[in-house]
Amino acid sequence: MATLTLRNIKKVYGDVEVIQDLSLDIEDREFVVLVGPSGCGKSTLLRMIAGLEEISGGDLSIDDERVNELPPDRRGLAMVFQSYALYPHMTVADNMAFALRLAGVSREERMAKVGEAAKILHLEPLLDRKPRALSGGQRQRVAIGRAIVREPRVFLFDEPLSNLDAALRVQMRIEIARLHNSLDATMIYVTHDQVEAMTMADKIVVMNAGHIEQVGSPLDLYHHPESLFVAGFIGSPKMNFIEAKIASVGGDGTKVALSDGTKVAVPVSGGGMSSGDAVTLGVRPEDLTAVANDQATGGDLAGRVVVAERLGGETFLYTEVLDGQTLNLKGPGAMTYRVNDAIRLRIDGATCHLFRDDGKALPRLARNPMADLDAEPVAPGAAG
Amino acid sequence: MPTSQRHKLMMSLLGWVVAFLVFFPILWMFLTSFKTELDAVSGTPNIFFEPTLENYAAVQERADYFRFAMNSIIISFGSTILALVFAIPAAYAMAFFPSKRTRGTLLWMLSTKMLPPVGVLVPVYLIFRDLQLLDSHLGLVIVFALMNLPIIVWMLFTFFKEVPKDILEAGRMDGASPRQELRFILIPLSVPGIASTGLLSVILAWNEAFWSLNLTTVAAAPLTAFIASFSSPEGLFWAKLSAASTMAIAPILIFGWLSQKQLVRGLTFGAVK
Repeated sequence: MATLTLRNIKKVYGDVEVIQDLSLDIEDREFVVLVGPSGCGKSTLLRMIAGLEEISGGDLSIDDERVNELPPDRRGLAMVFQSYALYPHMTVADNMAFALRLAGVSREERMAKVGEAAKILHLEPLLDRKPRALSGGQRQRVAIGRAIVREPRVFLFDEPLSNLDAALRVQMRIEIARLHNSLDATMIYVTHDQVEAMTMADKIVVMNAGHIEQVGSPLDLYHHPESLFVAGFIGSPKMNFIEAKIASVGGDGTKVALSDGTKVAVPVSGGGMSSGDAVTLGVRPEDLTAVANDQATGGDLAGRVVVAERLGGETFLYTEVLDGQTLNLKGPGAMTYRVNDAIRLRIDGATCHLFRDDGKALPRLARNPMADLDAEPVAPGAAG
Repeated sequence: MPTSQRHKLMMSLLGWVVAFLVFFPILWMFLTSFKTELDAVSGTPNIFFEPTLENYAAVQERADYFRFAMNSIIISFGSTILALVFAIPAAYAMAFFPSKRTRGTLLWMLSTKMLPPVGVLVPVYLIFRDLQLLDSHLGLVIVFALMNLPIIVWMLFTFFKEVPKDILEAGRMDGASPRQELRFILIPLSVPGIASTGLLSVILAWNEAFWSLNLTTVAAAPLTAFIASFSSPEGLFWAKLSAASTMAIAPILIFGWLSQKQLVRGLTFGAVK
């Protein structure tokens, strides 16, 4: 059982305010991912929760108890570091038992708890080894084991997978997700990798320059980004942004005109906007389609392929349209376009987003059904 | 011969020449200690002579070598331990909790080494007289510890800097107090660095002459005082002086030889990584 409440949290280094007035609620057993570009303050925020960094202002409460001044170990948290931070001179077992040893737990009990954690993480054959004799993935598992042994109220992960190679990262990602299900623990996970955020989180907190841009479920952020920043950050490849002007505002949506005169109707409310206002049209690469010349209509953008990346199962095309603007398109693996081929791109207005020039999104008229999928309660026992 | 091999040969030759030059005075002193006083002062240096142990006998007869050696051991190891007790927490604080003034503090500490010791001789002497620390082990232990403290803090600081901060933070998350952090994590991880720092401190204290000559007479006099007593007003006795010096440096030479691996590793630690 652990809920976390952050109220008006601030962090100041000298004259620089790295975190400004941040508030956030984390529910019991929730898997929350803090995501954002480097330097956005996500690691600092995690370290403040951990107690490794002083909180300059505001209140941090765990289970309704203010913990601002409590030392790290008294907050009932455990942290997994990016560098693993194992004690190099201790065996795997001693590494995992260190906290219990400091707490004065008897040797038998210590060994029993370490054995239990080792079983969950398949570390039993490695217990007598020193960290330097382990591979990266094994070290990370020991670091997680060290956290489990303490039976913390909240697990904190600081970019735990960024030192692993791609294949191992996928495997550990699944393992951590499984662990979350079986331990029923609250977890806070920091990453700059939006794929990790999308795949693991119950709730994603997108941070930018010291403040929260948006909080929501992965698909909520994907389908209903509230700002240009979130739209660009969530989704891979990145959303395409095209300069446009409002053509007309109506009850069933807003129509915009691109620089070449192409009109696109987007189902968002154009409240407060008037014809001629500059906006940014957002189109996800997966929502762009390439159309053959014989099917072309007036609403298509003509362009040229600049780079083609073929991954086998899918193809990314980087195209140039509208006098030098780059649009990315994600298509099936069987696409035959080559570099310098002419291409026609069709924009489906129904899936597009519109952003005002202050970066805020115009609200969609209807919610995407997928955005609320994760909000459905999971039946007990269904997971894991 | 290929150039790379010739280059290697030249380098090792150069290395041997430099090593010989550095070692030569010690070698010469060692040889002189086995000469008669007459041979020792002869104008033409000779390496072929009838070796004799009479100097060693004479030296031992005039002064009790082992008492001086014991004093040297007590003082140099005692001062090293005392200095480490203060330097480890200081270096820990500066390496892991630096403030705006940490750099300045470190430089200031080092700057105290630039003061000629004789500048503070009179006040220190008077303080020691009042505290009855003159000619006592404790007195020299304190002076040597203070003398070496800046260097020890600096060395430990650089060693501690090499320890990843994350590891200590993990310890803090696991509930370690600062003292437990030092005891269970930082010190075990820095054993090579602490050992070479200690070694250097022992050697520096062993060779120190200024304070030991001025603050001791008989009871706590270390080997440096023992040597000095042979450059006596009665005249110069090169052979006996050499014998005394050889006996004085022998223990530290052997000690240094045994731990040279540790010493070299410590002094170049962090240089290649």
